[in-house]
Amino acid sequence: MTLLSVQNLRAYYQTQAYGISRTVRAVDGISFDLLPNEVYGVAGESSCGKTTLIKVISGNAKPPLKVLEGSVNYTFGERTVDMLRISQSELRRNVRWKQISYVMQGSMSVLNPVRKVIKTFQDIVDTHEHIKNKNEFLERTRTHINRLGLPAEVLNAYPHQLSGGMRQRVAIALATVFQPALIIADEPTTALDVVVQRGVLQMIRDIQAMSSNTVLLVTHDMAVHANVADRVMIMYAGRIAEEAPTESIFNAPLHPYTQHLINSLPVIGEKSTKASLKGSPPNLADPPSGCRFHPRCPFVMDECRTVVPDLVSVKERHRVACHLVKEDSL
Amino acid sequence: MSANGKLLDVQHVTVEFHIGGLVGGTLLTAVNDISFSLESDKPEILTLAGESGSGKTTLSRLLLRDLEPTKGKVLFEGRDVSTIRKRSEFIEFMKKVQPVFQNPFDTFSPLRRVEAYLFDTVKNFGMASNRRDAAQVVDDALHDVGLSLDEVRQRYPHELSGGQIQRVAVARALISKPKLILADEPVSMVDASLRMEIVNLFRELRDKQKVSVIYITHDLATAYYISDRIGIMLRGYVVELGPVEDVLERPAHPYTQLLKESVPEPAPKKRESWAKHIDLGTTEVKEYGRIGCKFAGRCPKVMDICHKADPPDVRVGQQTVKCYLYSGPVEKDAAEVST
Repeated sequence: MTLLSVQNLRAYYQTQAYGISRTVRAVDGISFDLLPNEVYGVAGESSCGKTTLIKVISGNAKPPLKVLEGSVNYTFGERTVDMLRISQSELRRNVRWKQISYVMQGSMSVLNPVRKVIKTFQDIVDTHEHIKNKNEFLERTRTHINRLGLPAEVLNAYPHQLSGGMRQRVAIALATVFQPALIIADEPTTALDVVVQRGVLQMIRDIQAMSSNTVLLVTHDMAVHANVADRVMIMYAGRIAEEAPTESIFNAPLHPYTQHLINSLPVIGEKSTKASLKGSPPNLADPPSGCRFHPRCPFVMDECRTVVPDLVSVKERHRVACHLVKEDSL
Repeated sequence: MSANGKLLDVQHVTVEFHIGGLVGGTLLTAVNDISFSLESDKPEILTLAGESGSGKTTLSRLLLRDLEPTKGKVLFEGRDVSTIRKRSEFIEFMKKVQPVFQNPFDTFSPLRRVEAYLFDTVKNFGMASNRRDAAQVVDDALHDVGLSLDEVRQRYPHELSGGQIQRVAVARALISKPKLILADEPVSMVDASLRMEIVNLFRELRDKQKVSVIYITHDLATAYYISDRIGIMLRGYVVELGPVEDVLERPAHPYTQLLKESVPEPAPKKRESWAKHIDLGTTEVKEYGRIGCKFAGRCPKVMDICHKADPPDVRVGQQTVKCYLYSGPVEKDAAEVST
């Protein structure tokens, strides 16, 4: 049973201006499954294709972003949804917010600054469900807010009266009004401080545990994944470098990129010099040949420069794309 | 050189902002009675850490003389910076104190070549008399950050990676041979794989160029990694100040303890303690307006006295802590109280 199955997805940005065509290969052959009742982490640096991947799987691919091949299939209980073929009206009426919701990075830009929070709730509920009785709506919203452990007075506050962490939690509350099967959280805590970050992530975990749905958590912060995710996917330059349960990825990372990401994290209590990776992330309009990590890899071999490594399963649920690791060699 | 041997001496500075209309409105104390100093013969990295709205950026604006304190004094090399009035004196001051900002892509205009900023800085500070000398000064500064003029010549900001462009920003600050660099969240916009490159650079500047750095951040892990001393800020106060090892390994103030506990560790096995539920304050204004200790509303060890007046600064081991827990007649050990 899978909630979402993505097969060999390729989505490129294709632009044509003044006779110059340009292709940015943001998502280039990605396959993965999301299971019900899990927190799935996606890590990778900026411009590695994380946001493009989210756009495609949430049905927001608009030109110049174009899906060239692959499939994105959801299974919501009895119903199956092909995200690449669904009509916009169907998507809006039955899928978006009811089955898939989205928590964005800047919570301050999500909430309308001149309307009270309760009005924003009303807008969302009105769009998807018609509740004639105002008391019923209020009752439902209060119960929902209560269940998430937020004080009831936030409903009558304007966004500027709330702290950044509270605003972000209100945004999460908005995203979970209909108890969707999948919550996509794109860098939900990046601009927040450690204490607030902890509170917000705890809330996401609580919601997940309460309604047994799936959370797709995108952040570049590996320490967050270590504490929240059940499984982690590491993306590099539009491809999957490694995917494994959190424990395995932190205890025995196999891809050199993952190893670097984990080893370079500063830890309180340890002052030894941490090396940084040479070079910089590749330009996706002109990615390197072979393994896309090879210009920065400390273990580069001749094979890496020409042959693209396949994503192979090495252990239970552990997949890695590197020529150093052969299938079932461990 | 100053008389008292201090590069920077911040003496009881307070900054108040008036919020609201002409009549009425409230006073917001963004920086409240802060004192610390940097020695001139001992370069060090001092971190100011705290959540957003704790007054970190207001304090850095004070140090750059972008803002005048309501009360107190900022002395740079023995001179009160608010007495700097003449342009020539201000240029001398700016030569010695240089900033590095958060987002390098905002610092540099996308329509200008990055080297133009470096040459402008040379010109503004009169570091060279002709173009060839200027190129030499720029090249030297770029070498200090591990780049060279040939690498950045003719390049626009988007042609450089986040790490490279932030290094150019540091090189620009180094041109005037400063004694103090103020770095406001210099790595928060830089990619994970390049972050250590910038952080290591600050270490190198301290050790090789003898430049002191005030590093402003909310990332305690990198703060621990690079700094010598750390000041933890909360709603305008510095609640704990001391050597970074002491403050972060044996935090004395309950707020520092909470902060340290909340830093996610990259170890899935240690999840349990991090997942323990915490109480977040609802609004910022409430805590700013609080009488007494600003943390009293969230503190697990709150006492009656905490709600009445500002806690005193108490010396606990190597740290200075603003908390009533330690102000008793007998000086207690930090470890003893936290258990």
